Amino acid sequence: MKEEQAIAYWKENIGLILRYLAIWFVVSYGCGILFVDALNSIHLFGFKLGFWFAQQGSIYVFLLLLVLYARSMSALDQKYDVHE
Amino acid sequence: MSLDVLTYLFVGASFALYIGIAIWARAGSTKEFYVAGGGVNPVANGMATAADWMSAASFISLAGIVSFAGYDASGFLMGWTGGYVMLAMLLAPYLRKFGKFTVPDFIGDRYYSSTARTIAVICVIFISFTYIAGQMRGTGIVFSRFLHVDIDTGVLIGMVIVFFYAVMGGMKGITYTQVAQYCVLIFAYTVPAVFLVMNITGHILPQTGLGATVLDSVNPAWADKPVLVVLDEVVRDLGFHEYTTGTKTTIDMFFITAALMAGTAGLPHVIVRFFTVPTVKDARSSAGWALLFIAILYTAVPAVGAVGRLNLINTINGVDGQGTPYAQMPKWFKNWETSGLLAWYDHNGDGKVQYAAGSAFKGKPAFDGENRGEELKQRLVTNPSSGEFDASKQPFANEVFVDRDIMVLANPEIAALPDWVIALVAAGAVAAALSTAAGLLLVISTAISHDLLKKTLKPDIGEKQELLAARLASVAAICVAGYFGLNPPGYVAAIVALAFGLAAASFFPAILMGIFSKRMNKEGAIAGMVVGLTTTMAYIVYFKFMGGTKDQWFLGISAEGFGTVGMLLNFAVAFVVSNMTPPPPAEIQAIVEDIRIPRGAGVAQDH
Repeated sequence: MKEEQAIAYWKENIGLILRYLAIWFVVSYGCGILFVDALNSIHLFGFKLGFWFAQQGSIYVFLLLLVLYARSMSALDQKYDVHE
Repeated sequence: MSLDVLTYLFVGASFALYIGIAIWARAGSTKEFYVAGGGVNPVANGMATAADWMSAASFISLAGIVSFAGYDASGFLMGWTGGYVMLAMLLAPYLRKFGKFTVPDFIGDRYYSSTARTIAVICVIFISFTYIAGQMRGTGIVFSRFLHVDIDTGVLIGMVIVFFYAVMGGMKGITYTQVAQYCVLIFAYTVPAVFLVMNITGHILPQTGLGATVLDSVNPAWADKPVLVVLDEVVRDLGFHEYTTGTKTTIDMFFITAALMAGTAGLPHVIVRFFTVPTVKDARSSAGWALLFIAILYTAVPAVGAVGRLNLINTINGVDGQGTPYAQMPKWFKNWETSGLLAWYDHNGDGKVQYAAGSAFKGKPAFDGENRGEELKQRLVTNPSSGEFDASKQPFANEVFVDRDIMVLANPEIAALPDWVIALVAAGAVAAALSTAAGLLLVISTAISHDLLKKTLKPDIGEKQELLAARLASVAAICVAGYFGLNPPGYVAAIVALAFGLAAASFFPAILMGIFSKRMNKEGAIAGMVVGLTTTMAYIVYFKFMGGTKDQWFLGISAEGFGTVGMLLNFAVAFVVSNMTPPPPAEIQAIVEDIRIPRGAGVAQDH
């Protein structure tokens, strides 16, 4: 593989990671900790929203992120022809 | 069939299964011993990772912590799952491509330094032993409560079982036993959780039951209000802090969660699991499977905690909230009192058991031998507290001590479930403790036979000898772990905080920079690890063992959260030092380029 291609692949990978980690940060540290009090004023289905994010919601989002990341990366590997 | 017979049957059958798998999957080469030959299916690896990860702490203690700490315990839930996101995106695929056996392998090769490798080996051994002592103890507690042998005998039985399949099968045996152990432990956790939540809310799924309303049959005063709303009101009326909001400061909560996350991603026994899958792609998907299998238990935990607490309050204080006469307390209350994890002292002398804020005893209850009260036959305790309470905040003084660890173990009894469920929980708790202990033992023995002996002290030994050394190291590690299980260090919880803090402050930054920075050199990495480790160690030791007080906390960060500070220091020092020293050699930079590209992973290499 040419060097420019390797660099482009790595750049796109970093971009993907940053995007997914931004969501990861927002649901856990954001909704679950930093803004938990504000979100707690919203009540849905018997939960305070901030509390829900801290104890359940963030875990569901983490799971979704891992599935999406694995898929995006497989597509990226194909695109740059570096798949196994 | 009696409960004892059932428990022996369940635990015995599960042991037979584990040993059977160990014989079937015994290891013939170092590659099989260290990384199961690198050919494990990603789903199976995900399941094994989940069992490896979920220890006695997750199975027995976590729901209890959530139950009594409410929102404050959220850091464990987010930290111990969110770490897998970091692991899957930042570490696991690249370490798999690197294709060696151990974490010190990566540190030593990437930083072209036997000093770095040795620091890594010491960290691995320290972190893993810290962890394993708790597992052995957990096994002992389960044996003593359910099989009526003493805790020491329980620890010995656990040692023999782990010895069997860890020494024989290495990673290969451990992986396939862990798959079986996952099935046992998840079944054992969810069955009572479903029954418990159904009894209180009528919902089948614990995950949704947490938001459901309380049934009229539980307590008419609570009927048709959501569980969490009732819980908030009830605990507030008893003088506790509201369940769904926290008492910790935001910055402390933030740093604790971050330390647990980075610590999770940096724990060697978790990382090494991703060396066992065939490809880089499998490493990514395997992390997803692992988190799915972990999340099944972790999303049930908040429900078990909240509903369990409500059930406990309702059972003790009664439907009218005034307390229940001791004579009418259910059997489980007296069972756990007998085992010493629950105690009662009648502060107001009304013969009723009452539960509220405050401690009923000075510290943990000190039982007066086996002596019991003349009239009610309760166990006598010699250290009751003064029994004073603030009448404007709560209706009565707290009279009971409930050890947090009984929450999960006692749940089936509290919910009056059939005996086979109780036997199942015993088998599940043992599976959780043994699977984690085995994974840790393997990491320790590998660190000794591979990283220390083969790579550092005697590079010319052959594969047969290395395999023998690995097995001997496992035997030695089991004996040391057993010793800690029999003579547990006083502060198990504090020591576990230390393990996470050290992993967060040492391995996580060192590996991350090794992958994402081509410029990072050995001087920077070593300086970073040393600074991160020593500051974190010093801070935790000072506040956990030398009596440091809360007002001395750095920026209001507790010992549990300081691993994050250590990690940031590690990054900062490493960047400064590496910029003042020469860049790594060209062949090292080529390795870094190579691990970023998935193609050509091949099987895990010896050299």
